[in-house]
Amino acid sequence: MPTADEVKARIEEGIPGSDAEVTSDDNVHFTARVVANDFANLSLVEQHRLVYAIFGEGELGGSIHALALTTETR
Amino acid sequence: MTDQPENQLRDALQGAIASNDVILFMKGTPEQPMCGFSARTCAALEATETEFAAVDVLADPRIRQELSSLSNWPTIPQLFVHGELVGGADIVGQMYESGELAAVLGAPAATGGNPLPDAAEPGSAPPLQIENRLG
Repeated sequence: MPTADEVKARIEEGIPGSDAEVTSDDNVHFTARVVANDFANLSLVEQHRLVYAIFGEGELGGSIHALALTTETR
Repeated sequence: MTDQPENQLRDALQGAIASNDVILFMKGTPEQPMCGFSARTCAALEATETEFAAVDVLADPRIRQELSSLSNWPTIPQLFVHGELVGGADIVGQMYESGELAAVLGAPAATGGNPLPDAAEPGSAPPLQIENRLG
């Protein structure tokens, strides 16, 4: 099971220059707030897709049962 | 060919998305959501007083797989308006609070700034249901 710190590191590696705040009470359900330059000019759907794409097929809904996500452009 | 049933399912999903102005793919039903994210998304839609079609992806595991491949979106719920993916629970919640959701839906209550009501609040108008004929 990934920890909040691991999920944060994955997001920040996956979207260079981004800052992620990730919390989890159980290492299964995560809440993330991601701020990135890369989100500029992207729709919310496209911003969320960038974050989801970091996690492998089946990981969301699997080991990461839920990822509540807020994205913001820096 | 073994992939024919999947093509039929994909066609059925595309047909459902094309023929319903507002359609929500969720876990459970609006009356009995089976997941907090689906419940919150329903609550936001119901608060805008918009009628919407709902499909329970739990009815058949292939629905979720085919839908995600179609929409390039990994999670449930998924809200489509006029054939376009609007987003999942987080985006719908955010758009509800900003008033953008009501605007996208063309709903009369385009006020915004309202906190999301509690899920499964009784007394609101029952949403339009379509049958699960996607199996």
